[in-house]
Amino acid sequence: MECALDAQSLISISLRKIHSSRTQRGGIKLHKNLLVSYVLRNARQLYLSERYAELYRRQQQQQQQQQQQPPHHQHQHLAYAAPGMPASAADFGPLQLGGGGDAEAREPAARAAPQAAAAASPPASPAPASSPGFYRGAYPAPSDFGVHCSSQTTVLDLDTHVVTTVENGYLHQDCCASAHCLCCGQGAPGPGLASAAGCKRKYYPGQEEDDDDEEDAGDLGAEPPGGAPFAPCKRARFEDFCPDSSPDASNISNLISIFGSGFSGLVSRQPDSSEQPPPLNGQLCAKQALASLGAWTRAIVAF
Amino acid sequence: MPSHRMPSEADIISTVEFNHTGELLATGDKGGRVVIFQREPESKNAPHSQGEYDVYSTFQSHEPEFDYLKSLEIEEKINKIKWLPQQNAAHSLLSTNDKTIKLWKITERDKRPEGYNLKDEEGKLKDLSTVTSLQVPVLKPMDLMVEVSPRRVFANGHTYHINSISVNSDCETYMSADDLRINLWHLAITDRSFNIVDIKPANMEDLTEVITASEFHPHHCNLFVYSSSKGSLRLCDMRAAALCDKHSKLFEEPEDPSNRSFFSEIISSVSDVKFSHSGRYMLTRDYLTVKVWDLNMEARPVETYQVHDYLRSKLCSLYENDCIFDKFECAWNGSDSVIMTGAYNNFFRMFDRNTKRDVTLEASRESSKPRAVLKPRRVCVGGKRRRDDISVDSLDFTKKILHTAWHPAENIIAIAATNNLYIFQDKVNSEMH
Repeated sequence: MECALDAQSLISISLRKIHSSRTQRGGIKLHKNLLVSYVLRNARQLYLSERYAELYRRQQQQQQQQQQQPPHHQHQHLAYAAPGMPASAADFGPLQLGGGGDAEAREPAARAAPQAAAAASPPASPAPASSPGFYRGAYPAPSDFGVHCSSQTTVLDLDTHVVTTVENGYLHQDCCASAHCLCCGQGAPGPGLASAAGCKRKYYPGQEEDDDDEEDAGDLGAEPPGGAPFAPCKRARFEDFCPDSSPDASNISNLISIFGSGFSGLVSRQPDSSEQPPPLNGQLCAKQALASLGAWTRAIVAF
Repeated sequence: MPSHRMPSEADIISTVEFNHTGELLATGDKGGRVVIFQREPESKNAPHSQGEYDVYSTFQSHEPEFDYLKSLEIEEKINKIKWLPQQNAAHSLLSTNDKTIKLWKITERDKRPEGYNLKDEEGKLKDLSTVTSLQVPVLKPMDLMVEVSPRRVFANGHTYHINSISVNSDCETYMSADDLRINLWHLAITDRSFNIVDIKPANMEDLTEVITASEFHPHHCNLFVYSSSKGSLRLCDMRAAALCDKHSKLFEEPEDPSNRSFFSEIISSVSDVKFSHSGRYMLTRDYLTVKVWDLNMEARPVETYQVHDYLRSKLCSLYENDCIFDKFECAWNGSDSVIMTGAYNNFFRMFDRNTKRDVTLEASRESSKPRAVLKPRRVCVGGKRRRDDISVDSLDFTKKILHTAWHPAENIIAIAATNNLYIFQDKVNSEMH
């Protein structure tokens, strides 16, 4: 299938649709927003798998140079080679997705690795997003990627009019397949992960911004944390992630705490850039979204 | 029947429905109006107007409303109209917008009483001193007047947007479906309804599919079907349980992995489901295909027809311009031998299930001079191009035929093209085959 758009553009287009649906007459269309959230999920899976492919490739290059060992993993398996990934974490230092800045910067994360303070922009995709073969290979991305997005959202049930605070699952970068979730910080590293124990890895800022206790919590949409050393998550989140759950269930906080457009004050406690008037620049919107992947699920929340 | 007003959004036709005899045709529009057409009886005096449809009645069914609790405007757009089977001289129909269903009674008045004792012709009280004798009022003929009155208002039954209504074959109940729930109503009772399907998850974050359409079985008053955004159909039996969350049958076709794309979920969403007149089959429409399902086979449809497969490579742009969310309807002919659905560029498609032949026709003023024969159209996708072919890239995606209806007995079809209604008759083959 020919697709002129890459994953990032699709994400920004989808976010714009969700945003504009809030102001349209007749209220939010649940069906349409659900479908848009599927596109968002698909685009994000592709984006993530492309990114990990790139990171992994660079890791392998580095390993080859350093250890002169042949890469174990096929490129093809990249999407699933989560356990191998964290080993690279130490080399990479803080990993960030898409700074809120630089649309053009495509510096590979590897170069930023030695400097903990470096802000890594999303690396250039190893394969064009429109390459059907690639994304088909990488698709569907496994739940290993832990597409949970940790965020707290306040939702209003349209029927009961009860306001509840819902905590979503947890977004892990790439180590979720491992039973020892580095994100949880203190788990014993699994085989091959020894070097990564205690690695400083940055969460997607979208996660920690919900947790006021996180020392490096940043505002969503603010300048992406400029490479501050990763602080392991204080909360034990591992229990939130159920590796046994079916891919469908663990996949994506889909849409939908939708309610009427009148409750704009009620929702997220945090200032959320995606709630503010969306940047007209689609690129910027996408960057912000990717920098803080919680943004897009929150964007789907009505207000 | 082209609209003579300046085209405005309110004139966009949003639903089309023949009544059970085909004598009446109702349309609803975005402005909340209902227009009913009546077929002129064929007469020797005016052979040219044999069986043509004229405006019978127009009324405002729904008005825009505001939900103050949720600060939501409720659109007046008529989503669906369903006729009730006629039980006396009056006609009745149900019309619904996103939130409220109304029962309308349409009556004719062609006589009026004259000769009242106490009132004069204008209805004013007479001066009693002038009344010297008593007379019995008589009914005198008058010009036909069609009166429409709202007999029931079924409100507050739905939290989400109503997408379909369907009258039961028992003629006493009907159901209404929104994104997450289906309610059963009694036609005479407006202050309560029974919830018979509820797919709302405990945590809305877990929502993965919504209800997109639903319909009662034409003969079995206990059976109904509803379609989902995931492309599946569920047949439910109201005798089995009060709450029909558990389906009796689940019809779904496994996805073809080679067709996987960003938009797979969108194009597999079912936009319409219709039982065949026989009750043996169901017809579904998703973005690119129409499918015929046999009630006796759940694993896959028995027939699949490509409506406009050339759009498969255009899904990205169709997503950008929102066309991928268009909800096309589908229709059976009276004998269930031909199925019809709309497409873009004011094209509509018909598929003959027996001969496996299909045709693309266009609803446009240029090609629709009265009594002109519609010329089949063709969309070319590269390769050899014939003279009158349209290329995929020159299709007008703003001209979409979402709503079509087929006369229950004859080869007469009603096509809604934005704000225009086209009625085509097959005079040569007026008998159903």
